[in-house]
Amino acid sequence: MWAAVLVACGGCYLLKLAGLSVPPAVLAHPVVSRTADLIPVALLAALLTVQVLASGSALVVDARLVGLAVAVVALLLRAPFLVVVFAAALAAALVRAL
Amino acid sequence: MPDTGPLDAPLPPADRSRILRDSAGVAVATGLYGVSFGAISVASGLSVLQSCALSLLMFTGASQFALVGVVAGGGSAWSGAASAALLGTRNTLYGLRLAPLLQHRGPRRLLAAHLVIDESTAMAATRESRAAARTGFWATGLGIFALWNLATLVGALAGNALGDPRAYGLDAAVGGAFLALLWPRLDSRGHRLVAVLAAAVALGLVPLTAAGVPVLGAAGVALLVGALSAARRPGRTA
Repeated sequence: MWAAVLVACGGCYLLKLAGLSVPPAVLAHPVVSRTADLIPVALLAALLTVQVLASGSALVVDARLVGLAVAVVALLLRAPFLVVVFAAALAAALVRAL
Repeated sequence: MPDTGPLDAPLPPADRSRILRDSAGVAVATGLYGVSFGAISVASGLSVLQSCALSLLMFTGASQFALVGVVAGGGSAWSGAASAALLGTRNTLYGLRLAPLLQHRGPRRLLAAHLVIDESTAMAATRESRAAARTGFWATGLGIFALWNLATLVGALAGNALGDPRAYGLDAAVGGAFLALLWPRLDSRGHRLVAVLAAAVALGLVPLTAAGVPVLGAAGVALLVGALSAARRPGRTA
């Protein structure tokens, strides 16, 4: 675990440093900027889906989906990040306690 | 936009204190949610020390949540690391935008690089002078760095004391965190389409592959759509 944590930290730092150091022409290509723009969208959507619906290699509908639905409502109401996260956790915990 | 004249203008004290005030507000709001990262990280099986190391050394929230999210789902630490690095690529683009504004060299650039994140970029990229951009960047970056790390420690210690994370819905909290990070990026039809496609690909891969792989597979959607739509004007996210 430590090795992966430290390598990922190093990688993330070098990615930041590259942006400040590399001549813009190298990365200003439209394919690169368009793709880099989409990567967070695709990854976060996938992480979210797996986090809420996967349990090992099975797809499961449980209290986590209720938590996500509450998070959607909180975001529609323009709640700040911490409120969204807390509301999702509280909703799932309540469903489990029933 | 890079126009040497106005870019080198001095920063009036009133503007400076306004930027510092705004930066402090952003730093408090952002730094505090380090509590949720710390709690979720230890609930995912990382130690308090590993959680703090991530906030100290990785210092880019979405990547940190990605790493612990993949590990919590049973994925290997390395697929978590790969997801974190892929999410970190957006900081490279931020750096490209910041470099001509900040114009830092040597050790100062090495330090500045560590603080290149969503919020510090947002508080610097829109400024009209170099002094204003530097003030916004450093005040926001350093403020978040201090609070984010403090909050991570608090969250990790509290999470450790809580016991079974599922009873508190912490697994659902991770989903909520990813959604909150994704939400502001769903600002165009293209982005919403990519999000739905990526979610579908990940869902399809869950029963077929080892944990952690579905997320990386979904990144392929971004590569494919990015390559196919390159002819169109690149969109922007906040």
